[in-house]
Amino acid sequence: MARIYIDNVQYEVPEGQNILSACLSLGFDIPYFCWHPALRSVGSCRMCAVKQFRDENDARGHIVMSCMTPADDGTRISIDDNDVREFRAGVIEWLMINHPHDCPVCDEGGECHLQDMTVMSGHVYRRYRFKKRTYLNQNLGPFINHEMNRCIQCYRCVRFYRDYAGGRDFNVFGINNRIYFGRCNDGTLENEFSGNLVEVCPTGVFTDKTLRKHYARKWDMQTAPSICPHCGLGCNIIVGERYGSLRRILNKYNHDVNGYFLCDRGRFGYEFVDGPSRIRQPLSRHDGDRSDGSLKAVEKKEALDLFKGISMDSARTLGIGSPRATLEANFSLRQLVGAENFCCGMSEHEERLVSSIIDILRNGPTYSPSLRDVEMCDAVLILGEDVTNVAPRMALSLRQSVREKPMEIADSLRIPRWADASVRQAVQDEKGPLFIVSPMGSGLDDIAARTLHIAPDDIARLGFQVAHEIDPDSPPVLDLPDELGRFAAHISAALKSSRRPLIVSGTSCGTLSVIQAAANIAWSLSRTERIAALSYTLPECNTLGLRLIGGLSMTDCFQKVLSGEVDSLIILENDLYRRAEALLVKGVLAKCKHVIVIDHILNRTGKESDLILPAGTFAETTGTLVSSEGRCQRQFSVMPPAGQTQESRIWISDVMAALGKDSAVNYSTIENIASEIAREFPVFKDLTEVSPPVNFRVFGQKIPRQAHRYSGRTAMPANVTVHEPKPPDDPESPLSFSMEGYSGIPPASVTPRFWAPSWNSCQAVNKFQKEIAGVSTGGDSGKRLIEPLTTENGVYFSELPEAFNFDNTKWVVIQSFHIFGSEELSSLGDSVSQRIPNPYIGLNGDDAASLGKDNGCMAQLIIGNVSLKLPVRIIPTLCSGLIALPVGIPGLEGVNLPAMGKIMED
Amino acid sequence: MERPLTNHIDKGREPLNLAEYERVGGYKALRESLTSLTQENILQLVKDSNLRGRGGAGFPTGLKWSSMPSSSNSPRPRYVIVDADEMEPGAFKDRILIEGNPHQLIEGMIICAYVVDSEIGYIFIRSEYTLAAKRLKRAIAEAYEKGYLGFNILGSGFNFELRLHISSGRYICGEGTALTNSLEGNRAVPRHKTPRQTESGLWGMPTLLNNVETLCNIPHIVDKGAEWFKSLSKCKDGGTKIFGVSGKVKKPGAWELPMGTTIREILEEHAGGMRDGVRFRGVLPGGGSTEFLVEQHLDVQMDYDSVQKAGSRFGTGTMIALDDHTCPVGMVHNLESFFARESCGWCTPCREGLPWTARILKAIEDGRGEPDDLKVLESHTKLLGPGRTFCALAPGAMEPLQSALKFFREDFERHITDKRCPWR
Amino acid sequence: MEMLSDEIKSEIQCGTGACPTRRCAILEALEIVQRRHGWVSDERLKAVADFLNLTVEEVDGVATFYNRIFRRPVGRHVILVCDSVSCWIMGFENILVHITKRLGIGFGETTPDGRFTLLPIQCLGACEQAPAIMIDGTLHGDLTPDKIDEILKGYE
Ligand SMILES: Cc1cc2nc3c(=O)[nH]c(=O)nc-3n(C[C@H](O)[C@H](O)[C@H](O)COP(=O)(O)O)c2cc1C
Ligand code: SF4
Ligand code: FES
Repeated sequence: MARIYIDNVQYEVPEGQNILSACLSLGFDIPYFCWHPALRSVGSCRMCAVKQFRDENDARGHIVMSCMTPADDGTRISIDDNDVREFRAGVIEWLMINHPHDCPVCDEGGECHLQDMTVMSGHVYRRYRFKKRTYLNQNLGPFINHEMNRCIQCYRCVRFYRDYAGGRDFNVFGINNRIYFGRCNDGTLENEFSGNLVEVCPTGVFTDKTLRKHYARKWDMQTAPSICPHCGLGCNIIVGERYGSLRRILNKYNHDVNGYFLCDRGRFGYEFVDGPSRIRQPLSRHDGDRSDGSLKAVEKKEALDLFKGISMDSARTLGIGSPRATLEANFSLRQLVGAENFCCGMSEHEERLVSSIIDILRNGPTYSPSLRDVEMCDAVLILGEDVTNVAPRMALSLRQSVREKPMEIADSLRIPRWADASVRQAVQDEKGPLFIVSPMGSGLDDIAARTLHIAPDDIARLGFQVAHEIDPDSPPVLDLPDELGRFAAHISAALKSSRRPLIVSGTSCGTLSVIQAAANIAWSLSRTERIAALSYTLPECNTLGLRLIGGLSMTDCFQKVLSGEVDSLIILENDLYRRAEALLVKGVLAKCKHVIVIDHILNRTGKESDLILPAGTFAETTGTLVSSEGRCQRQFSVMPPAGQTQESRIWISDVMAALGKDSAVNYSTIENIASEIAREFPVFKDLTEVSPPVNFRVFGQKIPRQAHRYSGRTAMPANVTVHEPKPPDDPESPLSFSMEGYSGIPPASVTPRFWAPSWNSCQAVNKFQKEIAGVSTGGDSGKRLIEPLTTENGVYFSELPEAFNFDNTKWVVIQSFHIFGSEELSSLGDSVSQRIPNPYIGLNGDDAASLGKDNGCMAQLIIGNVSLKLPVRIIPTLCSGLIALPVGIPGLEGVNLPAMGKIMED
Repeated sequence: MERPLTNHIDKGREPLNLAEYERVGGYKALRESLTSLTQENILQLVKDSNLRGRGGAGFPTGLKWSSMPSSSNSPRPRYVIVDADEMEPGAFKDRILIEGNPHQLIEGMIICAYVVDSEIGYIFIRSEYTLAAKRLKRAIAEAYEKGYLGFNILGSGFNFELRLHISSGRYICGEGTALTNSLEGNRAVPRHKTPRQTESGLWGMPTLLNNVETLCNIPHIVDKGAEWFKSLSKCKDGGTKIFGVSGKVKKPGAWELPMGTTIREILEEHAGGMRDGVRFRGVLPGGGSTEFLVEQHLDVQMDYDSVQKAGSRFGTGTMIALDDHTCPVGMVHNLESFFARESCGWCTPCREGLPWTARILKAIEDGRGEPDDLKVLESHTKLLGPGRTFCALAPGAMEPLQSALKFFREDFERHITDKRCPWR
Repeated sequence: MEMLSDEIKSEIQCGTGACPTRRCAILEALEIVQRRHGWVSDERLKAVADFLNLTVEEVDGVATFYNRIFRRPVGRHVILVCDSVSCWIMGFENILVHITKRLGIGFGETTPDGRFTLLPIQCLGACEQAPAIMIDGTLHGDLTPDKIDEILKGYE
């Protein structure tokens, strides 16, 4: 600890910080702009000035930038000194010279860091009497709005976009006071993390374009803590609502998971909630013909009666759960239909891969890292994954991890790590070792030390050999070509010389042996006395959680229907057409006497069902998800489900009640379900501690979802009634749907927003951390379910695949992923849908030429019973002999890959 | 009086070529350095000579050289850079030295590189110095041909690669760390002072940066010794200095004179005094970013400490004279517009504060001044002071303004009350 | 049309031999293009970016910082008028007014016949010969309006 003196009072702060973060950690308010806890210090804005004194006898002192000055032992500063206050007032006055003062019509108004800092720094009256400078704005695509006149030249955007996120289509242009932040020309920002500019920019230059369509002020939004439903990483988000519609997603700081940043799918993928495919009413088929989609709206009561009728009429009903639904909803369905009738809703193939991953994580000696752990790894091997498109936020963490090893250069020059510009100058383009072995190029190739594009089976073989190089006990690959052998030796040498190696793999290749090879490598490393991390990406937000509950596979389930063993299905939040071939699904659904769907969007499965119960989306649902890290986290509804909609698990508990299923447990409360789950599955023993209990109160009060300035509550429904309705109850959580309650800092998992006195912007998060960029004040959120077994080493996998051998007729069709398009729900939103690529058949240039195909020309691909006629896309990096087909893109759902394919001759 | 730097410079003709330069003793110092002197010997000589950097800040050159980390445990390559970006308003001394005797600079640079064990050097020259660049290019080629540059110089085993970089233009490139950024192909934004460039400079490598005039002194110090060098001067800073005068004097120009020559001598004897019909009102002694000195300071000696004591800065030693037919407000406006335009845009005070002062000065000059304007100007001179901005550009820009407000205040006030410039 | 001739490309390459990174070839490459074509058009800037395997933003972010990279077309001859303090004292304004009157253009403008472009320049380092201008790299000092007329005649 270092002893520092602030305005003559002594404090203890951890070593190695700068004065600014030390002071903010202590709770002092020092204004700042160019500094950002994740982007660190460059000293450009000069807003954070303090006075520093040499010793107790120095009365004059000198002005320093607190963000650029170490808080060493004995440091003496004043925040309050007159000179320095005057200087800070000057800085903010300069920044406001050209600012348009358009706060009333600015989307940032009310949550603007510039507004906060202006007030904090004491600039009140305008002295500048000359013309303001103005700029032209750019169209930056469907996500981000650009309003350059508001810019205060803090350089944060360009530092985030380029230095932190690796984007290259954005920069700072010009010189002196004519500086421009943007692109060369109008055009969509390409980087997958562009949305963070909304929060990184301290003023209203970059704002959320999706929010503009239904704007509300921060203080007028009802907000709740939630978990992003769009991939397996479990990023924490703040969901904002007004008038019953979802308005926007903000990052919710979680030290271990997403830190300060989200990916664009997570931030902008919410629009499906109020989109055209949303179901708001129970729907029932009246005429019995499933194919013509003639569903009619019915009332809730009638729907429950229909459900009851169906149940009576069914001999055996299977429940199909969903990896995109909460643990509680899935478990409730399982209780409804009985464990032996519950299907986990994944294809058999996927389920096998996921099970194997779980076994590896649960029984092996390596740990699955949090995203924060990922950032601190100093050597990385990615086996078969396009991380940017599959688990986007992890790609941002990997970008930071390659900075870890070169930090030694900065350390040896005694440059503090927070001195960002100095560190980058010393490190230059030096990067830590990151290797990518995958079937085709990926979004992280630009930071990779080496990439190799080979077929999945060869990826596995290379992986096995890497493990063998590290630990001779791990089985070797005897017939590996020299080139691959050398590469394996190179990778293993790099991994062995690192302190914290990381292996990333997952289900993308669709090959068990790739997953096993990754395990062998991680296990071999953990026998060399280093902490090896092993991270598997998983496709959906609750894939891991659902698999821990288990159940029949989809194939079993279909089998049972087709054999007549089962005559009815209850399908929970799952579009079977995305899981299996259309022909098969159609046959299965047709064979069923009854099909009931509980979902919030109307998809093809729903259209072919007999009864649909309208569920809540993640925004209207309280429940628990398990991320690919194995972290259990709770999402809270931001609004009660409107009208006839209800959370899935409530529908199920209503049905149970209607059916008179008398159980000892009341399935209508989250807490009961959670303790049931914990009882049945030991792995979930901590489930009830994931967030504070339902009856959690601070000073007897709930935590309000509405800000204390929330306006117009009495008038909001004035077109309907002039009486202010009672706020909806929320017996399911410590949060209330109202303004009243505890407005201090609650535990992190139930923190609905970041706001603190004089901190209206998202930067208020500083006040919610024990120490800047550290853990949350009110205790961290989320519980890790799976920790490595330290006592026992994994038994190496030894089943090696054959080398890939392309015989010119049988192509292996693999999956290619797209951050926008491959995920179901986000794709339904208006903005994201503008970024979805058209379906294509991906071929390497030589292969295309051998088939006589050019970029863009049509080709016909036959996979089993499926025939696809699509334009060819040349993917130069794709391994020869493979065809890449985009996953999940509208039109290509339900093609199970990898598979053998054939290109038809013209 | 000895004039080592300009002895062989004759404005009227081409500079000495390599053979001619050798004939007058050129590259003797280099030969001696490589064959009979150790690096420590030379470093000691430079330290003993009291040579201070001629780029503006006056940092002791020997001390700067010795701050290069020992070459055994620091990364390579190590760079030596010559700052020939000269854009300080009023400065033109480096141009004279390069145009007049390019080999002198090259020789100084090679010796410097030898002392600090550097293998690659850059001369960073501004784009408008076309003649200087042409002559340097030729001289560099000659030096390569003769084996003074390149591999195994004079059989000593010492290698040194010298490259000429022509700048794409901007005053800020002259600032040492911004220059480094520019060489790397970045926007020429200055870098933080820690770590020092000598530890982590160009491409993160140990880098030494010196001004043209500084290095031109080196061959002479090696050749004739530290004592001789000190004896050239009239004060404790060693050597001669190229002093220049511009403005309405009879003979504007530059002269090599002992350090410590008085302002009066330079202005009256060498520049011939003010032109007929105009009277002296003040002088910016060290270039556009130094404070005005006036009548009462004429006997101040031009050396780092004396000028500082008088309230200004030695700077580049190139003076700009203000006469009574020139409006001081207009002059300061010209300077502030220059600095505002040349601000790199990195830090707030400089980027926003300088254009504001320039606009106020323009308004005053145009007769649109307001009584509070002087207050705003004054607050800027304080708020843009040293330590508050990222680099020294803005504090430098405030020096003429601050001193003009002190010495010519009534002129500012008259503009405001009369609502016009009395000189127009 | 090929935006960068092979000749230019080879020149850039040899210019970049001394550069350890692609970035540091940016200015060199733009100067080479400008020497050949007078200025750097958007298309050529893109060609340079492609050639160096950089984005247009990376190249233009650097290009727009410097005043000697012309991102707009210029005339056959570029007149740089020193507007800094010594020249200002010695009558820069008269010079500028005179040139403007003669050529009909102000700062940043090009004569309709494409002969001259007029630009201000930081202190030319010719203060002892103030007022001074530079045309296409040639310095002209100690100027008077008459002298300017004479000088301009030399540029077609
Ligand atoms: C805005 C600014 C411009 C500068 N321009 C130059 C310049 O053109 N030439 C120069 O030698 N030094 C210039 N300097 C000073 C350099 O940063 C540096 O101090 C000097 O070149 C060091 O060399 P020396 O120790 O030999 O004097 C400038 C400094 C600043 C702040
Ligand atoms: S656009 Fe925003 S983030 Fe970028 S420099 Fe301007 S104020 Fe800062
Ligand atoms: S926050 Fe410290 S200078 Fe910008």
